[in-house]
Amino acid sequence: MTQPVLLEVHGLTTHYVSARGTRVTRAVQDVSFTLNDGETLGIVGESGSGKSTLALSLLRLLPPAARIVAGSVRFEGEDLLAKRETEMRHIRGKRMAMILQDPMASLNPLFTVGDQVAEPLRVHEGTSRRSAWDRARGLLGAVRISAPDMRVRNYPHELSGGMRQRIVGAIAISCGPRLLIADEPTTSLDVTIQAQYLSLLRELQRAQRLALIFITHNLGIVARMCDAVAVMYAGRVVEAGPVRQIFNEPRHPYTRALIESIPRLGEANGRLTAIEGQPPDPAALPTGCAFHPRCPVRLEKCATERPRDTIVGAGHRTACWLHG
Amino acid sequence: MTPLLEARGLVKHFPVRRGLFGGPEKAVRAVDDVSFVIEPGATLGLVGESGCGKTTTAKLVLLLEQPTAGEIRFDGESLATLDAEGLRRYRHSVQAVFQDPYASLNPRMRVGAIIAEPLVTNEKLSAAEVGARLRNVLDLVSLPARAAELFPHEFSGGQRQRIAIARALTLSPRLIVLDEPVSALDVSIRAQILNLLKDLQRELGLAYLFIAHDLAAVAHMSHEIAVMYLGRVVEAGAARTVATQPRHPYTKALFAAALPSHPDESRDELVLAGDVPSPLDPPSGCRFHTRCPQVMPHCSTDEPKLACVDGRDVACHLYVPAGASKAAG
Repeated sequence: MTQPVLLEVHGLTTHYVSARGTRVTRAVQDVSFTLNDGETLGIVGESGSGKSTLALSLLRLLPPAARIVAGSVRFEGEDLLAKRETEMRHIRGKRMAMILQDPMASLNPLFTVGDQVAEPLRVHEGTSRRSAWDRARGLLGAVRISAPDMRVRNYPHELSGGMRQRIVGAIAISCGPRLLIADEPTTSLDVTIQAQYLSLLRELQRAQRLALIFITHNLGIVARMCDAVAVMYAGRVVEAGPVRQIFNEPRHPYTRALIESIPRLGEANGRLTAIEGQPPDPAALPTGCAFHPRCPVRLEKCATERPRDTIVGAGHRTACWLHG
Repeated sequence: MTPLLEARGLVKHFPVRRGLFGGPEKAVRAVDDVSFVIEPGATLGLVGESGCGKTTTAKLVLLLEQPTAGEIRFDGESLATLDAEGLRRYRHSVQAVFQDPYASLNPRMRVGAIIAEPLVTNEKLSAAEVGARLRNVLDLVSLPARAAELFPHEFSGGQRQRIAIARALTLSPRLIVLDEPVSALDVSIRAQILNLLKDLQRELGLAYLFIAHDLAAVAHMSHEIAVMYLGRVVEAGAARTVATQPRHPYTKALFAAALPSHPDESRDELVLAGDVPSPLDPPSGCRFHTRCPQVMPHCSTDEPKLACVDGRDVACHLYVPAGASKAAG
């Protein structure tokens, strides 16, 4: 069964420009992917790989110094980059929503949980305060918060970290969005609380046929949650494809090294495969393939020519001269 | 063989001041009757969620906190009986590397001064000797000698953590406390640091107390693992045994909650309900009984004791009937 395409990103390029326009940081370069209704895509990368800038570009929530200089973002058939800010406001929080890493920073400490969960309903749907609060209680139940009648009157500081992040989840799904973008949603949570949260997101996804984008540095989350994955390095997608295929047959040396560098439970205590060097400074990227200074199998032309995307399997592409 | 470090019945309570109208004095029972052993050249991994007491345990080992009760023995000698000179030697022998190398290095000092500081303050050495030791430890952590002239901000996160490790090595310690040493680092850098720590352990015969929330990393690095919950050790034993065949329901849930390394890796979906209770007022009986999927009636009244089950220690009534543990204890 083919699902309708929900989000289509083509050649998206976002740069940060310094105040005088002299320094340009190429945070996101020529990124393309599609996401179908109800699917989960993982976007994996290290700090500085551009994954968070990519997420903010999709929602058009970029800081003033950032510019989307090329590409298109089509969401439910509409070009988001052509929208005016007022139109975007009707989309954000209603048709696409976002969950950030730190729930304490995304919740307002001065308002009760009920006010904050009810706010999107009142803004987007014009619901009365009373019925918005009723629905807020229902939403708290949906994110498995016990005693929602009591919790709606709590302030964020009265809740644990896991509960706060579930509140953020309740706010995100309050208007029944089609797409939820989660940027490192569980990094600040403990292991068992992370497991709770991930299974909750799965349930919500099934119940509401949500599409999910997980922005993460953690391949374990991708393995657990995602259908497809895009691996980013230095602002570009270096490999993308179905999750199983990427884990079984990673074709880009960076993807392979990432997978091999992670210790596995219950395996012999050998040495880990380390990736030499460090991620490049996004303001001063290496020429050619940005990974070439760290690549264990680099070719001569990797230092000078940038590899193009090559199809290496069903829905599986990589940008590497080994396959070019 | 005498263990390098032995903790016996360690307790650390932090009193909580009551308000103007008082009420009974309360205490956060951060560490409550914890015992463990670290062998020379071996790694003990401490795992558990926030509030379980693993960092307080590390602070007790580092003498940054005084235990409320219990003792630590190093090389067979109790720290409580050591004189000032003995304690000074202990502090030389036990060093620490912390989580955030952006916070643990003084930004106004050159790397050489940071690394040599423990030597300069602790030993009377000539400048030449200090320089030689500095080059030696930089070499051990694979940093170039010219790194000594630079400031911390000129280094990446992974290199800063190498600097922190070099500083810990200058006094030739025998035990290093590693409190989340890689969790602030990029994924591709973590393996470098973990490999470096393993190499150093082999070359220098170091023992580690390794604290991390990344269970796979702890299992990878450790010879022994102790699992803590609300100030107590609930399960302890050989790393592979505990990680692959956990017995305590909490350990099972913890390792089941660890993220898979492959999408086909099947794990029992064992999702714990609720949050970790407050250590101010831990549940009676077994502290885990409020979240335990296999809870029994007497779990809320009788506290289980650690007992050997299938080659590791477990504190759970499932394995030791309540009456038997009372008789044995």
